[in-house]
Amino acid sequence: MASSSNSPCAACKFLRRKCQPECVFAPYFPPDQPQKFANVHKVFGASNVTKLLNELQPSQREDAVNSLAYEADMRLRDPVYGCVGVISFLQHRLRQLQMDLSCAKSELSKYQNLGITAATTHNQHPNMGINLIGGGGGGGGGGGGGREHHFHHHQFFPREHQQQMIRSFDAGNNYDTGLLAMNVSASIGQLSQFQQPRAAAGDDRRTIDPS
Amino acid sequence: MSNSSRCAACKSLRRKCPQDCVLAPYFPSNNPQRFSWVHKIFGASKITKMLQQLPVELRGEAADCMAMEAYLRVENPVYGSVGIIYQYQQQIIEVQNEIIKINGEIAVYNALLQHQQLQQHQDSFFSTDNDFNL
Repeated sequence: MASSSNSPCAACKFLRRKCQPECVFAPYFPPDQPQKFANVHKVFGASNVTKLLNELQPSQREDAVNSLAYEADMRLRDPVYGCVGVISFLQHRLRQLQMDLSCAKSELSKYQNLGITAATTHNQHPNMGINLIGGGGGGGGGGGGGREHHFHHHQFFPREHQQQMIRSFDAGNNYDTGLLAMNVSASIGQLSQFQQPRAAAGDDRRTIDPS
Repeated sequence: MSNSSRCAACKSLRRKCPQDCVLAPYFPSNNPQRFSWVHKIFGASKITKMLQQLPVELRGEAADCMAMEAYLRVENPVYGSVGIIYQYQQQIIEVQNEIIKINGEIAVYNALLQHQQLQQHQDSFFSTDNDFNL
């Protein structure tokens, strides 16, 4: 439990109220992290967060609060795009990598098509498992290998300030592995509906096509 | 003002829609669902405040993004958009690993080709057909 009987949680401190033993915020907004609740309150509001948490199982609430805190933080840092900016960036990055993968596969298939497997007496590595009778095809040795930045094994994070923000969100082991089964492209595919057609001048609100 | 000209926000909030309604350009009456997501997650007054703090030319983008975040949170109340971010990160790692693996295979092919070429070169150099006998 984040708050002792003497110390109100960050939420109750912020809201200037007594922190009751059954305070719904107390487990997730410890008094030593005042900014966390301040951000969440600014973006979502205390009553909305209460409602959201009450709809969840207790075991889900910590993850929910942490993700809300991350979203709130991102929205305050980027009031226009918020988390969606990060999503866009990752979508773009994934597309680039998928093209790179496609190029690498195509390159590999060239090598695979080059040789007919045959043991030769000159082959001093009989256990290699891949024997090639090379034509002049020694070129193209760069393949995708020249692109060193694809060889990073570490967890990918977006760059610049967004990188810091992703790291500050403690994903840890809290993610439900069931999420991995979700179809990202299906989710994102529906999101084009969020783009509203707009008139050139923002004040001409009545020019929006009602159809 | 007639009911039919109220924006989705004012309709949902059961209030008159003034001429200078901040939300009206971004929550038209033909898409009530969009405002209901935003209302549920952010609340009308929060989103109004957030939009008001932005220049007019950026409010449309902001409203679209907030609608998307609200939708993602409604669909996944635990993780919201962060769940999508995580999935993309995982997919990126998978693709990166696959690229590494394929580049490794290409490197092996390259090494073998170079080895074979070297062998062939050496063989032709020491061939009895060469007229190097002194």
